[in-house]
Amino acid sequence: MGAIQLEQVLKTFDATTVIQGVDLEIEDGAFVVFVGPSGCGKSTLLRLIAGLEDVSGGRIVIDGQDATNVPPAKRELAMVFQSYALYPHMSVYRNIAFPLKMGGVDQETQRQKVEAAAKTLNLTDYLDRRPGQLSGGQRQRVAIGRAIVREPKAFLFDEPLSNLDAALRSAMRLELSELHQKLETTMIYVTHDQVEAMTMADKIVVLNGGRIEQVGSPLDLYRRPDNLFVAGFIGSPKMNIVDGAHAEKLGAPTIGVRPEHIALSTEAGDWSGVVGVAEHLGSDTFLHIETDGIGKLTVRAPGDVLVSHGDRVWLTPMADHIHRFDAGGRAVR
Amino acid sequence: MATLHTRASARAMLSPAVLLLLAWMLIPLGMTIYFSLLRYNLLMPGLESFVGIENYQYFLTDPAFFDAIWNTLRLVGGILLITIVGGTLLALLLDQPIWGQGIVRLLVIAPFFVMPTVSALVWKNMLMHPVNGLFAWIADIFGMQPIDWFAEAPMLSVILIVSWGWLPFATLITLTALQSLDSEQREAAEMDGAGPLSIFFYIILPHISRALTVVVLIETIFLLSVFAEILVTTNGGPGTATTNLTFLVYAQALLQFDVGLASAGGVVAIVLANIVAIFLLRLIGKNLEA
Repeated sequence: MGAIQLEQVLKTFDATTVIQGVDLEIEDGAFVVFVGPSGCGKSTLLRLIAGLEDVSGGRIVIDGQDATNVPPAKRELAMVFQSYALYPHMSVYRNIAFPLKMGGVDQETQRQKVEAAAKTLNLTDYLDRRPGQLSGGQRQRVAIGRAIVREPKAFLFDEPLSNLDAALRSAMRLELSELHQKLETTMIYVTHDQVEAMTMADKIVVLNGGRIEQVGSPLDLYRRPDNLFVAGFIGSPKMNIVDGAHAEKLGAPTIGVRPEHIALSTEAGDWSGVVGVAEHLGSDTFLHIETDGIGKLTVRAPGDVLVSHGDRVWLTPMADHIHRFDAGGRAVR
Repeated sequence: MATLHTRASARAMLSPAVLLLLAWMLIPLGMTIYFSLLRYNLLMPGLESFVGIENYQYFLTDPAFFDAIWNTLRLVGGILLITIVGGTLLALLLDQPIWGQGIVRLLVIAPFFVMPTVSALVWKNMLMHPVNGLFAWIADIFGMQPIDWFAEAPMLSVILIVSWGWLPFATLITLTALQSLDSEQREAAEMDGAGPLSIFFYIILPHISRALTVVVLIETIFLLSVFAEILVTTNGGPGTATTNLTFLVYAQALLQFDVGLASAGGVVAIVLANIVAIFLLRLIGKNLEA
């Protein structure tokens, strides 16, 4: 029960337009990730859905009902903030129970729901503590707990993992995905990290400059980017963009080739260059190659490739995996 | 490096300041205690004699003493109540985005910079005066009998005047505390379904409680010794209606020229102030622990 539609949603702050007429359909139970560089309007879009900001134009429909002018508390959405926004003077128990208390739920039901949520999130031992006595990951879970107990129509996450260290971040990513499978509730997740977007989303919405660049499943975006922006944003390391004569030879003003779609050889190939830096990750080796007439290219080679700084190598883009873009940066298919 | 040497030299360098402060405090205190044990009246110079605790007996059994304690408590309590409640409300108002915010804030803070004698005179002659005052004029407009503030409600009048001076202090401290509240916390509470009142009581009040504690402590310290406002307006009267401990000591020493009795009063006032301080710290000091 959490389908959300945005119809021509517009948001302006004084003279600047932050969200430029966004249309978006979010199905019930989907895990949707808004991704984009900082300042692209992804957090603002989330806050518009939450009702923390008023829209300047357009409509927000939740479950078939116009929610454009409904106050945040009445939208039945729950939000997890970047700073977690826990109430520092309340115990974990009281933090999680707060939305229930505000909703006028009786003490006994409150206790049951809080304990159930604490069990789901492994917080049972910490219910008496204050947020200040918890680690970053535990605080994160308390914030999620506070969202779960309300049984909202949809969860909104505003860069929830950006304050955690790398190891914890990947663990929490997994936990969130599992939580989504268990609850089957719509989740909207904002991040600037394309890895989070790729790993968690059913559907990724790529935003840039207050506009939607492309909507699709992670693999869709990876395989068939609509434009140069999406091509460059999705995928790590970034797609190599080549223009000029070398691109024209392959049939477009600009072409893109992912690092994993370039064949490496020490003897012959289409392009030749000198290895600048070789990053040996064990499973893979990322080679940064200064290519003659093209510039820096990144190549992903198997981990057992032993080339190093200063070696001359030859590169051949795989014909099936070349992305072609027109002069305006749109994909040519 | 916190070695023994650096610690020793740190102590050596600190000691002049510490000694000076000690002397600054101990010599007047010692002299006050010494005078309090003497029969020492300025009208009879040269007749000082040691009388033991006689001065204390006189001071503590003086009916004016109990009035003074009661008045001191009323004064401090009343002003605290007005400044804490009023200061919080004003701070909430000033925290809203309004046009001309900077100027408004400056104006609100202004009364704190007006010296007590001046503000008391302004209140006495321009606002509360039964004939020429602004309040009398307003009462006249509505056809009511003007209130003779200092005759009919002397303590309330003094409380109002002093509160006016301290309200900006409470407002300022509370406002800075309010501004340090994480806006995401407020938004989270809003999404959790808390209305404005719930947000105030569950989120804002706990957040500013520490600042309010500081306000209570600092104001209490200063308000126990309110003097100028009383001297300028009511002179402790009518009768002893507005005589607090400070004013009583003043009256003993400089109106009745009894230095011995006044010194005994001063020592009693020090003891009482410390009792209040201990009581306060016990009561609200735990708020200051992190």
